[in-house]
Order: sequence, then structure tokens, then C-alpha cells
Amino acid sequence: MPMNVELVSVERQVWSGQAKALFGRTPEGELGILPGHINLLGALTPGWPVRIEREDAPDLKIAVDGAFLSVRKDGVSVLAEQAEFAADVDVEQARADLHAAESDSGEHAAAARAWAMARLRAAGESV
Amino acid sequence: MGAQLRVYRRRIRSVQSTKKITKAMELIAASRIVKAQARMREAKPYATALTRALAELARDNTLKHPMLTGRTQPRRSGILLITSDRGLAGGYNANAIKRANELANQLQGAGREVVRYVIGRKGVAYYRFRGVSLAGEWTGFSEQPAFGNARGATQTVVAALSATSDGLTADDTPGIDELYLVYTRFVNSVSQTPAVVLVSPVKGDAVAGAETAHFERPDTAAGADGDAEDGPGGAYEFEPEAELLLGSILPRYISARIFSGLLESAASESAARRRAMKSASDNATDLIRTYTRLANQARQAEITQEISEIVGGADALAAAANEE
Repeated sequence: MPMNVELVSVERQVWSGQAKALFGRTPEGELGILPGHINLLGALTPGWPVRIEREDAPDLKIAVDGAFLSVRKDGVSVLAEQAEFAADVDVEQARADLHAAESDSGEHAAAARAWAMARLRAAGESV
Repeated sequence: MGAQLRVYRRRIRSVQSTKKITKAMELIAASRIVKAQARMREAKPYATALTRALAELARDNTLKHPMLTGRTQPRRSGILLITSDRGLAGGYNANAIKRANELANQLQGAGREVVRYVIGRKGVAYYRFRGVSLAGEWTGFSEQPAFGNARGATQTVVAALSATSDGLTADDTPGIDELYLVYTRFVNSVSQTPAVVLVSPVKGDAVAGAETAHFERPDTAAGADGDAEDGPGGAYEFEPEAELLLGSILPRYISARIFSGLLESAASESAARRRAMKSASDNATDLIRTYTRLANQARQAEITQEISEIVGGADALAAAANEE
């Protein structure tokens, strides 16, 4: 029994469809959502992507930033300030961003670093 | 060609080239309205989902947070005004600024200190000219705002809201207890009205009335199954715990509200500009018609004068010949 999943960013709806399971990481650890999960509202840890398992298609990996997860009876929503599919990630660029963020100590560096790490992890790179 | 006629012809040419420019601006603005409306629509799902999530959290009345419940005696209020970067948009900027000033007077009348934040070059110029100090200003993206642009503004106001009026933010600007957003509501492509919304505290009294659309409360079915008392929001699980989650969800909610205000203002700006440019083009057409009439008259007068001069000259020659 698949569940409805929607992934929305601030500017648009990024993806919606049916999924077998959804995995993300909250401050309390790795979290897997299967159909019929109890209602839940969670913040996703910066720097980790979301993985969506589908029935008849390959898994989707999506880098998210500033994201929340909301599980209700009628489906799962992931709300992200930014989101990017693993296939769209420019690995070179993300590595460069990560490098730049690590040498920078400003207040935005932490956020930039998390976003770069999320993109790299989504693309299957080791960080 | 007579001097009068030359002057008219020159004016017609100049008005014609002005009309070309205003016509082009009208068309550009018209296409931007459509794009801006599409972006407003695309941003809706996020706002709806976030509102639902926050409504779930806010059902627990024991939660306290300055951005959720507000303070009993707010002392300092923030006004975030959205204007455009360019003029040529009729009364768009003037109306928004007027609304913000009315609000500021009202708040000051209630004994609160007003802190101003402005987005858009026109608003910044207005206050700078009058020597009014601004706690924050952001320019350069009013027509096509991206979330990345809004981030600077939202981070500043959220920092000020977190500091509240008792404290200072990291960069030593005063904190605020509540935040009003003044933007221009896009009613339809002919009507845009300046509007005020109370963005923070989220649960304030003003929110309950005007902003119910943003706050559809989901049916509270939780009371029925008896576990409403243990755990906030009844059958909801929170990760991390509700209070921490609230602290991270509220700033996002406020950012989303500001961003949606920006998108709507951008649509209104383009609509206002389209209308202003349309009436400018219409006026140019009228002027061209009037000047063409005047030029024709002048040409006709010139011809008449020439004929009467020739006739007069011929008469004089004939009279001179008779006398000989």
C-alpha cells in the first residue's frame, strides 16, 4: 500500500507522487516513514538528504535545506527552503562550496556548509 | 515651411517616440504579471503545508514563545514595508508608503516605538530624504524576488523578534516585540490595494480576524480518543520535542509569510506599472492627434496666407499697369 508524498520548496512544488517509504534524519536519529505511520512533525537535520523509495522506479535522493517533515493520515509532506534532486547536483560546485564554507567562519558559513554536504550526500559522494 | 508648423511636427515626433517606450513597458509589465501570478501559485503548497504543521503545534496552549503568543505589553513594533525599485508605476509606491505611515502613527499613538524595515529602492529613498532612520533596507529584487533575496530581510527581522524589546540583536540594533508587514495585495489586474498583516506574534488578536484564510484550523479529532492530555496536539509525535520544534518552525513560517508578501507585491507592481504605462500610451495617442490637427491648421493657414499674398501682389501689379 503506497502512500502519498509531496516535497515542496518555498518557491514551488518539487515532487509529488506515491512512495513505499521515506527516509530522513532528525536530531534524534535516522527516521523511516512507512505507510500508516503515526502523525508526526519533525525537523530534519541540516546536511542530510531525504530518500524516497518507490515501487516501480529507482529511489529518489533529494538534497534539502531547512526542512521539516510532516506525516498525516493523508500523506507525507517534506517542506524545504531549498531542494535539489541528486541527479541535478553539480558535484564539483558542491565540493567547491563546501571548501569555501569550511575556510569561512562567518555566520552564514554553517548553513552553506550544511547545504553543500546535503548535496554531496544526495549525489552519493562521501563527505 | 513656417516656424509654427515646424514646432508642431517636432512635438509630434517626440511624443511618438515616447509612446513607443511606454508601449514597450506596458507589454513587458503585462507579461510579468502572468509570471508573477504563476510564482504566487507555485509558492502556495509550501505556505499551506507549513501553516497546517504550525496549526498542529499551536493547538497545545501550554507552549510559550514570543513569536507565537506575543507579549502582554508590546513596547516596540517593527514595520516591514515592501515597495518597488523603479517608479513609473502610478500610485503603487505612494499608496504603500502612505499605509505604512498611517500604521506607524497608529502604533505611536498607542505608545509604541516604531522600528522600520524597507524593501525596495523607492521606499528607502522616501525615508532617507526625510531623514527617518531605517533598521534595515534591501533593494534590487522587487520585480522578480527569489527566496534567496528575501533571506537577508527575514534573518534580520527574525533576529530582532528573537531579541524582543528587552534586548539587542547581535549587531546592536534594537529588538522588537511584534512585526507588521505592509505589502500591496493583488486583487486583480486592475485593482491592487495596500494591506497590513501582523506577521508576528502568529497568534495575535489581529491574526484571528483578517487572517483566518492563512490559518485554517484542522478538525480537532484528537479529543475523542482520550490521549489528548498526554502529549501536545493529541495524536501527534514531535521530533525534536514540541518546544524545540516550535523554535525552528516559527522563523521559517515568518520567512514564508514575508516571501509570499514579496511575491504578491511583485505581481501588484507589474500590474500597477502596466496600467500607468497604458494610460501614458493613451495620453500620447491623444496628444499626437491634437498636435496633428494643430499642424494641419498651421499648414492650411500658411497656404491661405501664401495665396492671399500672391493675389494681393497680382492685384498690385495690375493696378500699377493701369495707371501707366
